[in-house]
Amino acid sequence: MNLIAVLLPPLIAAALTGIPSKKSWWAPGVSVLSCLVVLLLAGRMAWRIALGSSLTAALGAGWSNWVAIDGLSALILLLIALVASTAAVYSVGYMAHGQLTQGKLRLYHVNYNLFIFSMLAIPLLAEPTLVWIVVELTTLCSALLVSFENTREALEAAWKYVVLSLMGAGFALFGFLVLFAAMHATGSGPYTWSALLAAAPTMPPLLTQTAFLVILIGLGTKVGLVPMHTWLPDAHSQAPSPVCALLSGIETTSILYVILRLFPVMQRVPGAHAQIWALVLGLISVGTAAFLLLQVTDYKRLLAFSTVEHMGIILTAVGLGASAHYGAVQQIVSHSVTKSFCFFAAGATLLGVGTRQISAVRGLIRRAPIAGAALLLGGLAITGAPPLAVFLSEFAILRAGLVQSQYLVSGLLALFIVIAFFGVMVHVNRMVFGTAQANQAQEDPPHEVEAPRFRLPFSCTLALIVAAVPVIVLGLYIPAPLQELLKQAAAALGR
Amino acid sequence: MSATTRQLVENLNALATGLFLLTAFGIVGTRQARGCLQLFIAQSLLLAASAGLLGLQFHSQHLYGVMLVNLITKPVIVPWLLRRTAPVEIYTRREIDQVLNIPTALSIALALAIGAYFLGVPLTQALPPEYHGPNVPIGIAGLFLGALTLTVRREALPLLLGLLAMENGAFLAGISIARDLTMLVELAIATDGLIIVFIVGVLVRAVEQHVGTTAVGALASLKEAAPHAEREVTP
Repeated sequence: MNLIAVLLPPLIAAALTGIPSKKSWWAPGVSVLSCLVVLLLAGRMAWRIALGSSLTAALGAGWSNWVAIDGLSALILLLIALVASTAAVYSVGYMAHGQLTQGKLRLYHVNYNLFIFSMLAIPLLAEPTLVWIVVELTTLCSALLVSFENTREALEAAWKYVVLSLMGAGFALFGFLVLFAAMHATGSGPYTWSALLAAAPTMPPLLTQTAFLVILIGLGTKVGLVPMHTWLPDAHSQAPSPVCALLSGIETTSILYVILRLFPVMQRVPGAHAQIWALVLGLISVGTAAFLLLQVTDYKRLLAFSTVEHMGIILTAVGLGASAHYGAVQQIVSHSVTKSFCFFAAGATLLGVGTRQISAVRGLIRRAPIAGAALLLGGLAITGAPPLAVFLSEFAILRAGLVQSQYLVSGLLALFIVIAFFGVMVHVNRMVFGTAQANQAQEDPPHEVEAPRFRLPFSCTLALIVAAVPVIVLGLYIPAPLQELLKQAAAALGR
Repeated sequence: MSATTRQLVENLNALATGLFLLTAFGIVGTRQARGCLQLFIAQSLLLAASAGLLGLQFHSQHLYGVMLVNLITKPVIVPWLLRRTAPVEIYTRREIDQVLNIPTALSIALALAIGAYFLGVPLTQALPPEYHGPNVPIGIAGLFLGALTLTVRREALPLLLGLLAMENGAFLAGISIARDLTMLVELAIATDGLIIVFIVGVLVRAVEQHVGTTAVGALASLKEAAPHAEREVTP
């Protein structure tokens, strides 16, 4: 089986959804089908890698310079496929709710599939400059999804997203070219992740470190690391909710994956301090996001800031060293499944109440029970309440930090996580259980009592239920093949 | 190649990169949107010239390829694509309310260029002598000045050109230190530049239609802790 096969369904789907059709189920149906095929293929690859077979070795010599897959990339691939599938199912009902014209709906699905294609290519490609190109493509394919609603805010968010991401990418391109020069100076063969790893001990340290820093800053912009995060809450809150789930749940992690690929390389370069950079940038991101969470007024922005926090946690975990690597990859998994679920819940809330303002939503559990329950579960899950998935991974990271006697880092991390927990839960609690404030109650007291119960579209409910399964199950039990995959992925982060 | 010819080619490359730096300054400081576009085209031609001269110096087919790709995409296809996607207004704009006034912006640009020199020279020193030359420091300066353009300008076209100028800067450094990169990558990067122009053009058109301005950099209603009701009144 060729690895490239997994890239074909989204490309075909992008072409098919572009065909004008009078049937309203055509474009959403094709997207869902394509994502399910991708999930099947990615699941099969991940399964085989977990069982210990090397898929890269089975490739022809010509291919292995361009594509490769190991535990870490298989894990990212699987997560992308999983979130893309649930988001595609969720899109069916969510976009139908918006009374869009057929043309507009086609535009959404073409861009959706192209966006999925560009993300799937990130873990599969082995040539760093090609990876850079698909990272650019993720920005470009999702830009029109962010601006989809064409409101002033959405356009502003899309514009900031494009300009800042591409600005970061410009720096990252320079970094990747310098990295190539450093590798080429040692006389090693074609430019791939594995060749970089092999050449690392003899690469000129100055060039390698410069390249690493430039790439960390450049791609860190797109991951949303503080202080380059300013575009993220805008873009991740203005896009339609299924797109937010993709942006926050897996786009950030798959770009972070590219940065993580450089850590084992840097560990072999004498005198490089990549881990310190990871700790510093990671802790600054977690800390800043935790405090910003307290003052948000828009619940989708709340979730977006939580993404900044989680990216910081993952980077900090990578900086803590080998014993925290398992926790780091576990956090990648739990972040992706939980954050996408959260955005589905936020989307359901938005459909139910029609506003993104936290202060305007009270007593959600009575008005839209499914959305309310989902938002509550999402809020608890994303902040690391036991016994859900994020709790397990954050606990693993903190424990690894304590085992390594990194008391200051672990202490700060724990403190920020607790602050973020309160920051999110204060808002979510009011939205779900709160009663309308006095002044609002006087203006229209019957409103809250008599407002009809909101019925969520079936596909949205289905996507919420399916997305909730890993959020709950992975907190209690990690299946053996997944555990094996996580171990391999963690091993790929070290030397 | 005789020593004199080699010297001549090296000098011509130094001239091309020097002029490249000048155009980067120009993109930061030119008020007329159309002027910015002309400077960007000049910059791309100089990049192509530098690629061709380095190709001559090191007998690299690959660099000739880079030269060709640059000659075709940036001076020809980019303006054509912009005409097809973006509204005409972006050309006619004259920017008067930049974030920083022009002398300040140019002073910062000068400081950045000097910084780029001190950053770039040690980098090339770490490589064999054939990689020494003005390309890396000037490429870094191009990268910085492109980023500066993005921060000080508000009009759509100069912002887009700032993005592309950053890529030009990275490339100018790249053709000197990474000249054995495969052609596939170069082609992909060139295509990517065109997709940037297309998407940004579409986005600018949408902003122009729905918000009624092409000064996209001036959009600033998304902020923390500002209720929606208050946001609406800000123009």
